Order: sequence, then C-alpha cells, then structure tokens
Amino acid sequence: MIPELGTYALVLALCLSVLLSTIPMVGAQRGNLLWISFARPLSIGVFFFTAISFVALTYAFLANDFSVSYVANNSNTALPWYYRMSAVWGGHEGSLLLWVLTLAGWTLAVALKSRDLPADILGRVLGVMGIITTGFLLFVLFTSSPFERLLPRSPAEGADLNPLLQDFGLIVHPPMLYMGYVGFSVAFAFAIAALLSGRLDAAWARWSRPWTNVAWAFLTLGITLGSWWAYYELGWGGWWFWDPVENASLMPWLIGTALVHSLAVTEKRGVFKSWTVLLAIFAFSLSLLGTFLVRSGVLTSVHAFAADPERGFFILMLLLITIGGSLFLYALRASEVKSESSFSLVSRETMLLVNNVLLTVICFTVLLGTLYPLLVDALGMGKISVGPPYFNALSVPVGALLMLFLGVGAVTRWRRQDGTALLKQLVVPFVIAIVLGVLSLMLREGESTLWTYVGVILAFWLLVMAISDISDRVRRRSTPVLANLKRLPRSYYGMQMAHLGVAVLAVGIAMVSAFNEQRDLRMAPGDTQQVGDYTFVFEGARHFDGPNYSSDIATLRVFYKGEPYDVMQPEKRLYTARGTVMTEVALDPGLFRDLYVALGEPLENGAWAIRLQFKPYVRWLWLGGLLMTFGGILAATDPRYRKQSRREQSKLETANA
Amino acid sequence: MRKLLLFIPLALFLGMGFFLWKGLYLDPREIPSALVDRPMPAFELPSLTEPERNLTVADLTGEVALVNVWATWCPTCKEEHSFLNQLAQQGVTIYGINYKDEPVKATAWLQRYLNPYREVILDQEGRLGLDMGVYGAPETYVIDAEGTIRYRHVGAVDANVWKQLQAVIEQVEGAGA
Repeated sequence: MIPELGTYALVLALCLSVLLSTIPMVGAQRGNLLWISFARPLSIGVFFFTAISFVALTYAFLANDFSVSYVANNSNTALPWYYRMSAVWGGHEGSLLLWVLTLAGWTLAVALKSRDLPADILGRVLGVMGIITTGFLLFVLFTSSPFERLLPRSPAEGADLNPLLQDFGLIVHPPMLYMGYVGFSVAFAFAIAALLSGRLDAAWARWSRPWTNVAWAFLTLGITLGSWWAYYELGWGGWWFWDPVENASLMPWLIGTALVHSLAVTEKRGVFKSWTVLLAIFAFSLSLLGTFLVRSGVLTSVHAFAADPERGFFILMLLLITIGGSLFLYALRASEVKSESSFSLVSRETMLLVNNVLLTVICFTVLLGTLYPLLVDALGMGKISVGPPYFNALSVPVGALLMLFLGVGAVTRWRRQDGTALLKQLVVPFVIAIVLGVLSLMLREGESTLWTYVGVILAFWLLVMAISDISDRVRRRSTPVLANLKRLPRSYYGMQMAHLGVAVLAVGIAMVSAFNEQRDLRMAPGDTQQVGDYTFVFEGARHFDGPNYSSDIATLRVFYKGEPYDVMQPEKRLYTARGTVMTEVALDPGLFRDLYVALGEPLENGAWAIRLQFKPYVRWLWLGGLLMTFGGILAATDPRYRKQSRREQSKLETANA
Repeated sequence: MRKLLLFIPLALFLGMGFFLWKGLYLDPREIPSALVDRPMPAFELPSLTEPERNLTVADLTGEVALVNVWATWCPTCKEEHSFLNQLAQQGVTIYGINYKDEPVKATAWLQRYLNPYREVILDQEGRLGLDMGVYGAPETYVIDAEGTIRYRHVGAVDANVWKQLQAVIEQVEGAGA
C-alpha cells in the first residue's frame, strides 16, 4: 500500500509542477499578479508530494518490502538500517528520485527565500524550475519508477546493496553532489527569467550570486567527498581517475567556477552580461549532460548505471528541450544586451576574463576527451581510448596558468590599473614564492619533477599574494588592525579562503604525484618491510564473520624509526549475497602523510599479497576542497545580499507609491 | 552578424546532441566488426623486456594466442593480472601490449605481479593501440596462427570471459586443423 502511495504522490507532484510551469509564466507574460502569486504555494506543494514519495520509498527499504523490485535489487535483511536508508539512492531509480527531491527542495528554497524579488521575475524563475521538475517527474514515472512491484512472486530476500556502496561515503556523497548539480538550476532559471523579461542587468547578477555560490560549494563538497571515498574504498589508493563520470561532475564545476567569477564582474561592473548568461546556461546544461552520460550507458565507466537506450533517449529529449530551448532563447535575446561600462587592458575585469577563458578551455578539453571515443564511434571510425595521459597533459599546464593569474587578479583594481605599478607590486612576492618553493623541495628527500616545482611555487605564490593583499587592506586605514580585519566583508574572506583552497589542493596534487611510495609485496607471517621511516611487520591474517559478509583481517604492526607506532588491520571481505569481494584498506591518516595498507589475495603458507603505500600530503587534496567549500558558503552568506535586496524593495515601493 | 554569432552555442549543442543520440544505440563494449578477421596491423616496436630488440607481427604468429592490452595506470588491468598468470601457467600463449605507459613502471609491475606474457610490445605512443582501435585498457584479442584477429574483448578477463575466449580459440584451432 505504501509504495502505491509513493507513486500516487509523484503523480500529484507532477500535476502541480505542470501548473507551476504554466500559470506563473503566463501570469508574468501578461502582468497578472494573481496568476504569478500561484508560484509560491505550487512550489511548496511540489516539494511536499515529492517528499512524501521519497519517504514512502525509504519506508519500503526500512521495512524490507522485497515485493518492490527496486528494494529487492538493492537491499537485504542483513543490511544495517543506515545502509538500508542510504540504499534508497544506491541505484538508478532511487537516485533519480533523490535528484527530483533535491530539485523540488531548491525550488522551495527560492520560493521561500526570495520574497524581495520583483513578482514577475520570481514567477518566471519558479516557472522555469517547474518545467525542469515536470520533465524529470515524467522521466521517473514513465521509465524509472522505483515503486514497481514484483507480484505475486516476490522474493523472500533481497539481492543486497552493491558492497562498494555500503559505506559512509555513499551516505553523504550523492546528496551533496546532487545539491550542487541541481543547485545550478537556480542560476539557470534566473538566467532564463532575465532573458524572458529582457532585464539583464546588475540586479539579476546580484540575485543569482548567492544561489550560485551555495550550489558551487555543494558541488565542490560532493566532488571532494567522491574523491575521498574512491581513495579509501576502491583500494587502489588513487584519488582521481579521469573516469567519464568524474569528468561529468568536473565539467559543471569548472563552468560553475567560471560563472561565480563572471557573475561578480556582471554585478560590480555591468559587463560580460551575455557571457555570464551563457555560462549559467552551460553550467546547468553540463549537469544535465552528466546525468545523461551516467544513466544512458553511452560510455563505459565504473559508475555507470545499467545501460538502457530508452532512458537515454528520454533524457536526451529533456536535454534537447531545456538546453536547446534556452540556447535558442539566448540567440534571440542576447543581442539586446548592452555593456554598462568599459575597462582597460590591465584591470580586474581582464584578469577575470582570463580566468573564464582558462576554465572554459579546461572544461572543453575534458568534454572533448570524454566524448571523443563516442564521437569517433558514432562516425564509424572504430573505437579509440582517451586515458589519463591526455587529460593530465592538458589540464595540468592550463591549471598552473590559472593559478598564476589568480595571484595577479585578486590584487588588480577594477576598471583600470597602472601596469608598471602592478608589476612592481608582483615582483617581490613572486621571488619569495620561488625561493620558498625551491627551498622546501630541496630540503626534502626524493626526486621532484618540473611540475612538482611549478605546483609548490604557485601554491606559495597564492599564499604570499593573499597575505600581502590582506595586510595592504588592513594598513589602508589608521584604526587598529583587529578592527580593520573585522571591517573586511565576509565575502572577501570567502574569496581568500577559496583561493587558499586552490593553493592547498595544488600542494596535495604536486606532492602526492611526486613522492607517493608504493610497494606490492608477498608477505608471510613475520616478514618485515621498510617504507620511508616506517617498518611494517606482517603478523598473519585471521577469519572473521560480519553481519552480511565474511572476511579475512590481516594484522600489521607498524614501527616508526624503530619505536612501536600503530597496528593496522586491512581487510578483505566477501559479501555473501552477491558474491562480491571488497577490499577494506587500513589507513593511518595524517596531515603530512597517509599510511595505506590494502590486503590482496591469499598466497600459499599463510602468506598474503599486500600493498603498502606512503602517501605524502594526500589529505591536502580534500582539505583544499573543504576550504573552497567553506569559502563559497562564506561568500554566499555575506549580509550585503540581504541588505541590498531590501534596499531595492523599498526603492520599488516608493516608485510604485 | 553578431546575431548570427549568438546562434553558435545552439549549433554546437545540436551537433553534440546528434552524436549523443547516435551513441545511444552503440554498445561501447561491442566488438567493432571491421576489425575482426583482419590481420594484426603492421608494427615495429621495442620489446619491454629487451628494449634493444624490436618486435613485429612475425613475432606473434605461429599459434593461436591472446593479445592483451594493459597499462600500469589501469586499475582493471591489475584485477585481471592474476587470472592472466593462471592462464599462462595452464599453457595459454599471451602476448602483451604495454599501452601508453612508462617502461620503468611497467617493468616494475611485471616483477611484482609476475609476467604472464611471452613477449611484451612497448607501445608508448599508443600508435599500435590506435591502429588496432583500442578503446581502453584492458582489452584482449584472440589471434590465430597467421596473426589474424579473430575476436576482441573489451574489459577485464575473468573466468566467464575466458569461457567465451576458449570457445573462440577452439573454433579457430578446429578450422585451422
């Protein structure tokens, strides 16, 4: 009964979202305030019924209702309750429902939080989000309903959740990622609303900025969590694989990053308007493209859901309507946009333009690399592969260039800047960065490549520039330093924190790529192995039975410079329901290095294949991601957005009076 | 003029959409028929184990064999490697193509995980892989005694895949006898 209620609630949500995508839109076109005012209650209704449906599915999982085919395929009575709950988004159907719920959630948030927006803009924004919701609800109901029953022959036991996904990472990674993906729909909806109303001005950029920052922060967090999860769960010790699905999340992130910066220029200076709109459309389009790539089976990937051309065709139609429609609208309307100001060659505008161009170039490279095999195949020219060498060869140098300009851009003035003065300002920090970078690598044992130097020097460059910029700003006033620090706006700190995140990430990438040590060994009980300052003593493995798996646990005693340091217990699990073998690595995390031990196959006489890894600075990768996330949130919650929108509201009221 | 420029994003998107649509009906794991029953593309590449010696198609002929494309950057290759070792122990002839890889890493890998290959062709630039239409590592081909490609498998070789490959090998050997 409950699963049927879930379907019923989805149908109701669909009906309401059809209304949401029509009534307020028509109302905004005709200037009918009554019709526009339907937008807010309809948004609440769509969210309410989608949430009911989601709760119904969660209930089916918690109650082990294996008559529901999706539950039977992705759960098991032996699964602990928290994994039964996260199993809701462990497969295609349920994760799509989560996608729709997130979309409805963002719509609700816009409806509740944007009371200060002009009525027609709000109506159009919610209307556009209603159109997207309608499309995805149709997709769920017609091709991917999670509520389909296996009746009358329902199994007594479920097939179990993919063991890879039985992990804390899976509980949090998809929801965060979807919050980011779907969050770009808000910027998209604002862009479309602006195009429809013909009011592409600085106010539009100001409204979408906090939303875009929040969505970007979530996406950053989602990707970071995904990388961290792959690191400890897949057992290879890698953190980025250039897998098509990873690329699918990286592309909207790159364009989203460009959008965050371009919105700043549009808001502050009134230039780049049509470019910003295009980026807003692209950021969400790439999110949709990612959905298509993951769920249609056009590319092979470890992440891919079961291939189904029918589903793929449906998403492709959705893509065609939303992206094609919005780009058509863009082509018709963007020519009316006029720039409100001008800027000279050396200015922050130019620097941010460089940022946009470089990010777009990386994104295009990744897009090309991801789709190239498909393209060549579709042309009947055979099948070719694009591997990490291609992606690294292009993204590493462009990324380095991006960091170089980042340091310059953050201190350049808006509108016009004296070139020679700027150069003078940059020389000293640049020299300091080179000296610090070279010294810190020289003092370290091991061989550094050119790119290690570039990475570390550029990280120091960003750090030095950030410090010099903050101290410049503080010294500009004669009041006490602490008071001056407090006076700097929150969004400024957000920016610095996110940029610092880039530096930390760069250190992580450079160090772990250069100094990673890996030993693949055959270890019999009593065998020892030295990795750096650490000695590993293998003490043998024993058998252990878990709730839904049986496993072998090895014990390694670790000594640091001869002193007892730690006991590490890597594990190899056999999940009985699916017969899948999983590696549970043993990790000793640290700020400057991780010890990583994975258990391989059993060999003769109690010996095991064991992989030991010493991973310097690997935590910095995710630390960088977290700094960027917090930076984005800090910037989005800057109080000035509220103040400004209130000021506008009162201005509007006086104008109307 | 500027108006026309604004249509470029739409045109690009429609072009991409067309290919995505075509891509829907192609199976990325399917064997391209064009390659099967064609001779191995000609090549002259160094051996990984003895870099001063060059290998050609002639080195792969003589008996029915597997040709395995692998690289150290490919995690799936690691998964299938122990199975390849088993096959080699059972007397199956396997040639390796070390694809777009670094020779130092590849040599270290073979020392660590044992070497199931009779010969390893060093295809550092990926030229041979391109000629063969390699989609990604790992891939495994069945070639007959004359060096003609008879079957192609994309992805790791495990017990199930081996059954398919075995069937092909038996068929090829039967036809040759």
